[in-house]
Amino acid sequence: MSFRVGGGTIVGLLGPNGAGKTTTVSIVCGLVPPDAGEVKVGGVALSGDTDPAKGRLGLVPQEPALYEELTAEDNLRFFGALQGMEGARLASRIDDVLRLTGLLERRRDRVKVYSGGMKRRLNLAAGLLHDPEVLLLDEPTVGVDPQSRNAIFESLEALRDAGKAILYTTHYMEEAERLCDRIVIVDRGRVVAEGTKDELGALLPGNGARDLDDEARAAVALLAARGIAVPGADGGTPRLEKVFLHLTGHALRDEP
Amino acid sequence: MKQALAIVVHELKLFLSDRRSVVVGIVTPILLATFFGFLFSGAGRQDAAKIPVLVADADDSAVSRAVVAGLAADALLSVSPAAAEDARQAVRRGKAAAGVVLPKGFGEGAVQAFFGAAAAPEIVLLVDPSRATEAGLVRGLLAEKVFREASREAFGGATGTKVLEESLVALEADPSPPTAERQALKDLLRDVTRWQGAAKGGTAGGGAAGGLGTAVPFTLKEEPVTARQGVTYNSYAHSFAGMAIQFLLFVAIDFGIALLLERQGGLWKRLRSAPLSRSALLLGKTAAGALVGLVSVAATFAFGIVVLGIRIEGSVPGFVLLLLASALMASSFGLLLAALGRTPGATRGLAILAVLLLVMLGGGWVPAFVFPAWLQKVTLVLPTRWAIDGLDAVTWRGAGLAAGALPAVAVLLGYTVLFLLVARLRFRWTDR
Repeated sequence: MSFRVGGGTIVGLLGPNGAGKTTTVSIVCGLVPPDAGEVKVGGVALSGDTDPAKGRLGLVPQEPALYEELTAEDNLRFFGALQGMEGARLASRIDDVLRLTGLLERRRDRVKVYSGGMKRRLNLAAGLLHDPEVLLLDEPTVGVDPQSRNAIFESLEALRDAGKAILYTTHYMEEAERLCDRIVIVDRGRVVAEGTKDELGALLPGNGARDLDDEARAAVALLAARGIAVPGADGGTPRLEKVFLHLTGHALRDEP
Repeated sequence: MKQALAIVVHELKLFLSDRRSVVVGIVTPILLATFFGFLFSGAGRQDAAKIPVLVADADDSAVSRAVVAGLAADALLSVSPAAAEDARQAVRRGKAAAGVVLPKGFGEGAVQAFFGAAAAPEIVLLVDPSRATEAGLVRGLLAEKVFREASREAFGGATGTKVLEESLVALEADPSPPTAERQALKDLLRDVTRWQGAAKGGTAGGGAAGGLGTAVPFTLKEEPVTARQGVTYNSYAHSFAGMAIQFLLFVAIDFGIALLLERQGGLWKRLRSAPLSRSALLLGKTAAGALVGLVSVAATFAFGIVVLGIRIEGSVPGFVLLLLASALMASSFGLLLAALGRTPGATRGLAILAVLLLVMLGGGWVPAFVFPAWLQKVTLVLPTRWAIDGLDAVTWRGAGLAAGALPAVAVLLGYTVLFLLVARLRFRWTDR
């Protein structure tokens, strides 16, 4: 598996559950040693637990990795200290990330009273706290309500515009299509294909499917339910789903 | 009704599939009940520990030697000779349950007292106040031996003959009793003297004449040996030591489970993704666990000191060191649980069982001296035994730093290092 995440881009790591997305993220941020190969940050290979280059990475784990009994502010203060931050810089960054994630007003609430979406946003804030150049997000929207998901998307787009390199793992092809500049399709621990959504769409034989947005897909699905087929729309199946099926022989939502 | 039955079956399946529930609900009570039944049923009586008693025989007379021999021959006692002060120190340190001090002149004095010819000599019985039952047994056995040997000497020994002869001489010289009474007393003493002669010749029924005496031949001064004279025994000191260590280990369980939960919930990934060495991470966790544990034991003892009058009669620095070493040992134990455990639920059940056994066998619930002798020796490998004995030593026993605290501190720190090493080796750092 080899891929690159450049500054100012969001790269989606798309694959079904069990494809190796979380393991890849764990390897990138130094939690799991690779069987072979290396991870480079800014062209320099990561080495060991205490490599300062780890500070250039920000991890947002799949599960909200927070201390529920502490306030949002206390959580962030601790995570900042682990990154070697203190004093005014830490306080300022706490304000920044809470503002970015829309939690500034709830900073002194204990995390246990947060909704699931708020916890996800605070999880993101914790990953951003030390202002990393590379942000690793492991399925950050699983179980999140649409409102919080959109808030997360907006935050990520703002971060991309600010020049951050973002690796975003998901098994939701809709998210990958909407958010990611480039998509790396993985299956069973291997990269199956990589490119922009158009480049990936071009891999389909005949390139017969049209690129539909969500509303168009819903309309096509509605018509299909009433027995009306739309030529070329393929029943509203997302294009990435078809690409994955074409490349791997099984559906994206299947377990491997 | 069928639904209710389905719920019953379902709940039973859930219970049996949860190893923690099975351990806590079934195995733990079986183990504890079996252990206490074994301790108190007398089943291990052949192995039961003999009561360690030190005897200081300052008299070294035939009577005192016979008393010592009688005590040594008793199946319940383990008697060793010692100087009086050494005996006192041994009882103070908990090395002996009691000490017997036979004063100089005891043998002759006992025989004289037997005939009412002099005041009874005073035997000092040094007792460990935390071992009242054993002290009572020693008291009874001592009285039996002294009475038997004093009467034997009075009616068959040289001292008895000498006392009778001296009494006859004194009677002749004393004109105060009326003549008739003096004659009757002289006849009595001469009859006894003749009986002694027959006894020595083997015609007076075996020579032992217990029960023929006329007065108790000794007085007993029982001295509870605490830190020093005037300091009374506070039974809370031992119970607080045991419970403080037990709940210190429960705090450690929570600490280990919290680590497992961090791993399970993803927090561990966040911690590990920071530029932080593994040693720093474990050190920080262990130090935090130790501090929380220290607060727990310190608060427990603070209550005991302020409300229940527990006093640190020995080394205060030793007491502090013991609390600190115990907290470190417990914290590293928590880390060990996190290293060896798989899931929080299963780990908690097994850890509770382990802690209960550690505390029970360490003498936290019942003092270790009630264990069979082999178990007393075996349990010396447990850190809890050292912690509890050490705290006993520096509180009510009044032991100093070197003798009372440092050996236990060394053992506890040794266990801390051992637990940390095993935890470091077995810790799973790579969760995918």
